[in-house]
Amino acid sequence: MIISEFAKQLNLNPLFESSKNINVEGVYIGDLLSIVMSKAKQNFVWITIQTHINIVAVAELLELSCIIVVENMEVELETVNKAKELDIPILKTNKSAYEVACMLHDSGIK
Amino acid sequence: MTDFFLKRLSFNIVANDFTVAGKSSSAIKNFLKSMGLEASVVRRIAIISYEAEINIVIHSYGGKLHCDLYEDKITIISEDTGPGIANIDLALTEGYSTAPESVRELGFGAGMGLPNMKNYSDDFEIKSSSEGTFIKISVFV
Ligand SMILES: Nc1ncnc2c1ncn2[C@@H]1O[C@H](COP(=O)(O)OP(=O)(O)O)[C@@H](O)[C@H]1O
Ligand SMILES: [Mg+2]
Repeated sequence: MIISEFAKQLNLNPLFESSKNINVEGVYIGDLLSIVMSKAKQNFVWITIQTHINIVAVAELLELSCIIVVENMEVELETVNKAKELDIPILKTNKSAYEVACMLHDSGIK
Repeated sequence: MTDFFLKRLSFNIVANDFTVAGKSSSAIKNFLKSMGLEASVVRRIAIISYEAEINIVIHSYGGKLHCDLYEDKITIISEDTGPGIANIDLALTEGYSTAPESVRELGFGAGMGLPNMKNYSDDFEIKSSSEGTFIKISVFV
């Protein structure tokens, strides 16, 4: 699915424009980078409250499909710029991790 | 088993520079992928090199990360100058971390780096003194 369509469907706010085609194969929720590194896998959606530039490195290494920043956390400009450079979509929402997880589940991602 | 590596990638890792932390691991990952290595091996090396790189950034004064390609294995070597690890068994305990609060807030310091490095390896070697730390990890291909 095109990322913009995915964002629209789940009412998430993309932090930059991308025409990336994502293929979601799972979801991981976490804020401790070492645990995310060992648990999230390729094509997973990562839900977090972390906003530091290093989240992009984690997503790039694991080849995640996108990062969803919840609780309306302010994402640093350098994080957005880096994500844009590597075309790793970051979507933002004021919802909680649980609410986003439920929406993903309802949309058919089990 | 071959004694000499076929290729070596080396990177300088600067202490406390979080903006580029992960870049070397990413270069290693992309190189191994381009070599056509199995996805599970690439993933394990990505986890190991990331944790090694981040540890140099957070806990040392700076160092080097090498990725050596052998016929039958990939080896990651992390060497740094720094305070070293006083108690290695303790440092290898899941959840043990001396990372300062300022970096914990950013998501580092879960105390899972060394345990991850060990768990995802086929061979794990660590030496440390008050001058620095040397870690050599292999994943068989
Ligand atoms: N390269 C290093 N130099 C000095 N100390 C280190 C190094 N790597 C790890 N350590 C020590 O071992 C502890 C555990 O490391 P790790 O499992 O990666 O957890 P974390 O990095 O989250 O603290 C660190 O908190 C630190 O005290
Ligand atoms: Mg660590």
